[in-house]
Amino acid sequence: MSGSSVLFDVPGPKARRLSLISSIVAGVLILVGLGWIAMTLAAPRESGGITLPGYFDGSRWNILADPEVWSFIFFQGVLGTLRAALLASVFAIVLGIIFSLLRSSEIAWIRIPTAVVLEFLRGMPVLLMMLFILLVLSTGAFWAVVAALSLYNGALIGEALRAGLAALPRGQREAGLSLGMRPLQSKMLVEFPQAFRQMLPIIVAQLVVLLKDTSLGYIVGYTELLRVTMNNLASFYGNRYLFTFFVITLVLYLIMNLSLSWFARWLSKRTASKSSGIRLDPDDPNQAVLLAEANAAARQSHPGGGI
Amino acid sequence: MDAVIENLPTYWRGFSMTLLLLGVSGISALVLGTIIASMRISPVASLRGFATVYTELVRNTPLTLVLFFTAIILPYLGSRLDYVTAAMIGLSVYTSPFVAEALRSGINGVPVGQAEAARSVGLGFGQTVGLIVMPQAFRMTIPPLINVFIALTKNTSVAGGFFVFELFAATRELANANGDAVIAILLGAATLYLVITVPLGIFAGQLERKWVVQR
Repeated sequence: MSGSSVLFDVPGPKARRLSLISSIVAGVLILVGLGWIAMTLAAPRESGGITLPGYFDGSRWNILADPEVWSFIFFQGVLGTLRAALLASVFAIVLGIIFSLLRSSEIAWIRIPTAVVLEFLRGMPVLLMMLFILLVLSTGAFWAVVAALSLYNGALIGEALRAGLAALPRGQREAGLSLGMRPLQSKMLVEFPQAFRQMLPIIVAQLVVLLKDTSLGYIVGYTELLRVTMNNLASFYGNRYLFTFFVITLVLYLIMNLSLSWFARWLSKRTASKSSGIRLDPDDPNQAVLLAEANAAARQSHPGGGI
Repeated sequence: MDAVIENLPTYWRGFSMTLLLLGVSGISALVLGTIIASMRISPVASLRGFATVYTELVRNTPLTLVLFFTAIILPYLGSRLDYVTAAMIGLSVYTSPFVAEALRSGINGVPVGQAEAARSVGLGFGQTVGLIVMPQAFRMTIPPLINVFIALTKNTSVAGGFFVFELFAATRELANANGDAVIAILLGAATLYLVITVPLGIFAGQLERKWVVQR
């Protein structure tokens, strides 16, 4: 860390001792804070004259010994979430490819309307899109969730791919054309595979966003993980387990999202050494797309200039 | 179209709540994010560790779950917040790691050589940071920060699912009440969101193109 920060000198012995001391003090303060939260949760509480057990009491967690609860969580909840996410991912990538090709078309009356549609899709909340599809097309909650997520993420993936196409060295296209390929052939066979490979980490990072957004299904009434645990199970087994089910839901979401995030990061490290050196931040797809676009613009105004 | 014009007061009530959520959560996320970012680049290891774990955990939690926590679990645990405050807290917490990452990538994006060069011509720490590093970090930070606020604008709609009467909740109510003009109602709401997000997006894109540092 000390090497990557521009704000500090490489610390000497005195500075190192000082930072070790402050590190320990801060660490103790953080632990005290976390301990306080844990103590508060563990303390039994009075409610209307009845003393309820604390949140770490066994009677609040014994539900987890029941295999039926777990099978319900997995076969209804996790599977519902993954099913919507998987289907929407496939549609979003296909749509993204189509959008990027239309958006980078040389014919203005294809390019400009596509740009307007993409801008519309990117600027609107996904939740409103779900409501739109649900009410106007009356598709049912599952297809509303899948269609809205596909459209929204397809638009973002399309922008990423377009930025990838624009960031390619111009020579790639010229080489294709000089071999006698038609512009579309050169785009599909030479440019597009490279752009897709370069943008793959961004696409995977966008899929993390998509997976997270499936939880919006809770609001429009699709039975995914959050709805299964917090609505169905918590109302069936009673308020006593509300907090327990919330913790379980949180942990399951974190497992799914963190593994996909780590995969995206691993992918970007693996492809980074081979790509043309655009610094892509796989954590935030939006930002990475902006950066790639800016780099492409800079490259066009200074032909031959390195990045 | 008539349904939209007739219901302008309801739209306005929702829209102003959306703006309020955006303003308050945006500012508190900026404050919280700045604290997290400075913890993350500080030389103190335990603060760095805490900020890293916080960023990773919050960023990988769905917003729906965060708002569910502030709106339903917190009252169950004994808090007495009203739903609007709860939503503001949830949105600020959810947005803060994104703000922190934008700030951090701006500061870390400045090459070490710039600070070294500043020191080699005799500038002190304050001068190095104030005159050399921060102006460059600022240029790189503003466009991604605008993007974070665009995302926050759209995210305020989730609060509509948790008892806050903002633009999304208003739209849902209007759409249910005007079964014959659903498309017009929904397009009206979409326009109001786009009024905030599209200009911000164009602005961010322009700044990014204008401010990209040639290296």
